[in-house]
Amino acid sequence: MNPRRKKRLTIVTSLIIGLGVVAGLVLYALSQNIDLFYKPSEIYKGKEDSGLKAINGQRLRIGGLVVPGSVHRDSESLKVSFKLADMRMPISFSQTDPTVTVTYDGILPDLFREGQGIVANGVLVNGNMIEASEVLAKHDENYMPKELADDMGEKPVKTSY
Amino acid sequence: MMWKWLHPYANPEVSYHFAGKILPWCARFAFAFLTIGITWALLFAPADYQQGDTFRIFYLHVPAAMLSMGIYLGMAIAALSSLVWQLKLADASAAAMAPIGATFTFIALLTGAAWGKPMWGTWWIWDARLTSELILLFLYLGVMALHNAFEDKTLAGKAAGILALVGVINLPIIKYSVEWWNTLHQGATVSKLGQPSMTADMFWPFLVCFIGFAFLVTTLICLRFRTEILNRNSMRPWVRELVTTEEQTHAV
Repeated sequence: MNPRRKKRLTIVTSLIIGLGVVAGLVLYALSQNIDLFYKPSEIYKGKEDSGLKAINGQRLRIGGLVVPGSVHRDSESLKVSFKLADMRMPISFSQTDPTVTVTYDGILPDLFREGQGIVANGVLVNGNMIEASEVLAKHDENYMPKELADDMGEKPVKTSY
Repeated sequence: MMWKWLHPYANPEVSYHFAGKILPWCARFAFAFLTIGITWALLFAPADYQQGDTFRIFYLHVPAAMLSMGIYLGMAIAALSSLVWQLKLADASAAAMAPIGATFTFIALLTGAAWGKPMWGTWWIWDARLTSELILLFLYLGVMALHNAFEDKTLAGKAAGILALVGVINLPIIKYSVEWWNTLHQGATVSKLGQPSMTADMFWPFLVCFIGFAFLVTTLICLRFRTEILNRNSMRPWVRELVTTEEQTHAV
């Protein structure tokens, strides 16, 4: 390669590497802000890497799995409350998981069901309760036909919430 | 010299005719693969156990998103060879790719929003995956703007090339955003090592659709690349000759 091209290549490569490092550091520094939500365990222990804890009255997003059997509907209104546990792949629950209670007054997304991942946006009260103003469903990257899901016993509990 | 076989293609006339030769074939393949793929995906692939038929937007959303990143990578490689080896044709090809990449990014964002509304419950959320893909759209628009901002095409190519190369940093961020941070967007289904997270009867139509869209992209790039070459070489004798023969054949 002739020296002029070599020089240009060096300049361009070092520019990209330099900017890559800068971008990496910036994103690393901002990572807790880029994270979309708190996990339920992080409400108790603080953020995984920074240890930053949410305070009462703080507006935040919480993401987790709806604990089966924890969904309570108000018979008179749209009010609903449910417990969230940390997301874990493959999906499993244990009694010792830290959970956070979410209350919500509104229409839940179609994919909302027990054992489903959801992300709720709301205000933290009493240390471990979220008064949500928005509930979004989070689905995983697995797709399969209904018949197969039935065979695997992964039948989604399409209950009548 | 291992790159010797490439040298003739640095000549605009040779590249123009080469692109013209592969163009009809790419178009035919695109038509065939897309017809089979989309019919298969929309009518015969099984519905998802949770999302039902809404899941079928996957067959448009995922190829568009993957190609939006693939085209960007191609554009950045063209920009690199233009900056380092000062190939004028590389600039022309980068300029040809930018609007197509922008279109596919836009399709990915639009189909993503249409999918997000019924499944997640929202059209848009500022999570890392969606935001970085939106930045990709802005990068494309910036590259397009710079290509058109200067009268001097070499200068324009240089400016746009630098932006395109800087923007490459965004590609791994898009790809790994769903692993590095927690996001509403789910992880990778097909573009990962090992088995795709879907059954074979769902995966094959995806593959056919993806190949079809890839051929469509190649077709569109060839078309725009040829136009770019003609625009940039309009004063050259071979272009004038080409135009005269075209005029004679069409003036009946």
